[in-house]
Amino acid sequence: MNSETKRKGSKSTRPRIGVFKFASCDGCQLSLLDAEDELLGVVGAVEIAYFPEASRAMLKGPYDIGLVEGSITTHHDAERIQEVRRKCKTLITIGACATAGGVQALRNWKDVDEFIRVVYATPQFISTLKLSTPIAEHVPVDFELRGCPINKYQLIELISATLAGRKPNIPTYSVCMECKRKANVCIAVARGIACLGPVTQAGCGALCPSYDRGCYGCYGPMETPNTASLTSQLRILGQSDEQISRGFRSFNAWAWQFRHASEVGKGT
Amino acid sequence: MSRRGTRTIKIDTLARVEGEGALYIKMAGDRVADVKLKIYEPPRMFEAFLRGRHCSEAPDITARICGICPIAYQMSALHAIERALGIQIDPAVRLLRRLFYCGEWIESHVLHVYMLHAPDFLGYQDVIEMAKDHRPLVEKALRLKKIGNRIIQLMGGREIHPISAAVGGFYKTPSRHQLRELRGDLEWALETSLETVRWTSSLPFPDFEQDYEFVALRHSGEYPLNEGRLVSNRGLDIDAAEYEDCFAELHVKHSNALHSVVRGRGSYLVGPLARFNLNFDKLPEVARKAAIDVGLRPPVKNVFRSIVVRAVELVFACREALGLIDQYEPPNTPRAEAPNRTGVGQAITEAPRGILYHRYALDERGLIVTAKIIPPTSQNQRRIEDDLREYAAYLYACPLEEATWKCEQAVRCYDPCISCATHFLKVVVEREPNSWS
Repeated sequence: MNSETKRKGSKSTRPRIGVFKFASCDGCQLSLLDAEDELLGVVGAVEIAYFPEASRAMLKGPYDIGLVEGSITTHHDAERIQEVRRKCKTLITIGACATAGGVQALRNWKDVDEFIRVVYATPQFISTLKLSTPIAEHVPVDFELRGCPINKYQLIELISATLAGRKPNIPTYSVCMECKRKANVCIAVARGIACLGPVTQAGCGALCPSYDRGCYGCYGPMETPNTASLTSQLRILGQSDEQISRGFRSFNAWAWQFRHASEVGKGT
Repeated sequence: MSRRGTRTIKIDTLARVEGEGALYIKMAGDRVADVKLKIYEPPRMFEAFLRGRHCSEAPDITARICGICPIAYQMSALHAIERALGIQIDPAVRLLRRLFYCGEWIESHVLHVYMLHAPDFLGYQDVIEMAKDHRPLVEKALRLKKIGNRIIQLMGGREIHPISAAVGGFYKTPSRHQLRELRGDLEWALETSLETVRWTSSLPFPDFEQDYEFVALRHSGEYPLNEGRLVSNRGLDIDAAEYEDCFAELHVKHSNALHSVVRGRGSYLVGPLARFNLNFDKLPEVARKAAIDVGLRPPVKNVFRSIVVRAVELVFACREALGLIDQYEPPNTPRAEAPNRTGVGQAITEAPRGILYHRYALDERGLIVTAKIIPPTSQNQRRIEDDLREYAAYLYACPLEEATWKCEQAVRCYDPCISCATHFLKVVVEREPNSWS
């Protein structure tokens, strides 16, 4: 317990970081612990003031940087994010849940009450909102880091840039660019594999095409994606409207560009 | 402290677990009146939105239930779907899946042993603080964790939500040469795991034994990962298809996760302790010897020793991975053809924290009609409450702050993944006078 007292009373002048979780899988905050080579360096440069997944020492705000994982799905969380925003000088959302509502936003097209009845025997015990929404729909966000999961090197770059007061070097172009750089043969053109690479933001390093499968959109829509053009290409490759719709509706389903693109064949 | 005294322990957030929950313990004198492990992680309802998705999407969607053990979700989903579709996998694919799972066991066990649980035993708030006094130890742990992650990265592209697992096999399989490159690291990892067994066994453990029903997979030829019958020390011996006949899920008011019980009996324990106790004879010699050398023999009934058992399983996972790499011959095709057809399939695999059950019913287009997923933490939830009922009473004379920390530590013995069971733990221990009823 001495240590807690020590930390509470610490006069550290290092920037304070808080990590906050909403509805999510924990994977994006785990990226910080997965940065095995960088972790001890990072924690030497900043003070991890609030990170319950890693520490029981939970220091009160304000925080210089707040990293927010997860989407808003309950009334309680909709209130909690307001409080988190007030305590954080810079607020960064990490991952597809926080930036686009996550895979749990698939409920947004369904009757949530029916969903609850499917999963829980006593639905009245469960309190949840009808929509799963990204953080930016509730509070101003300073930077949104994409990915399901995020790329840990992009996270470290983002933290370093924020601390240095410079613009982070995080590209908004498509996965296709990464494929070209890796000299991958285009799997959509050469092998007819359905691929969301042309409309998906880079960041993963074009993993799926490098493993002989089509991109399935983990990093969400790139800047100005041409989803209409991709949709016609996917039809040429033999995909049904239902398959195309499912393709856009995964981990970034509620990002508006993908949301609109997923309404394929429904009068659009 | 008088036996009739009133005291309340409150911790708003129990740390170093994956997900969000709270623990509430009410004491009436020296008697524990109520224990509730509250899971307030918001429900994400995967089973509902899996309906209507194609079965080939299930491994990628269910991986998103948990960032700590995505491979477990991929493995249970794949085996269940392959069973529904009647697909036989290539022996080389089977081998690769075991290797993939070893990577996850190493990464997840090292995270828990060194970064989440060890700080409790040594009195640190977290691993960062622990690193100030034990830097070489923490550096070693990070290197060990990285080796687990390296296996996953090589085979699946990235550590979290890897992308290569497919119905019938993999999208792409590694070459022999690529796997052989892991050998040097794994040999170091094996030695370090043996050190981990010795180091964890030297930690202080409370004298706290319980009479558990241990439930784990058992396979005739190997320590269980992907396959086996589900057995217990109380006579259970079933196929995955019989799981729902033998276990029931209860929905309780204080939790967003469902509680599992053995029908007609009650709570049970899944995870390292159960696997070790039921499969000690299947451990490789080096792991068995490491356990015996530190006085660990089945049945281990002290849940606090789970940390040592996890270290023994680290030895297993490193040894196993080395053996698999040496035997590996790439399959002719990375994956078997997956037809679309109606069917129902169930599978159980051993996630790092215990058994993970999946069931899917598919229609003629291969779309999911119904899905059922029972994660290890919801299976352990009732058992954690049962332990705390005994342990809180055992700690009656302990100063309040210390008792609270110890209760947290007891919960962490299970390495609960609340993200899986729906997610963060808040501990409240209330001690009231005998008048409470």
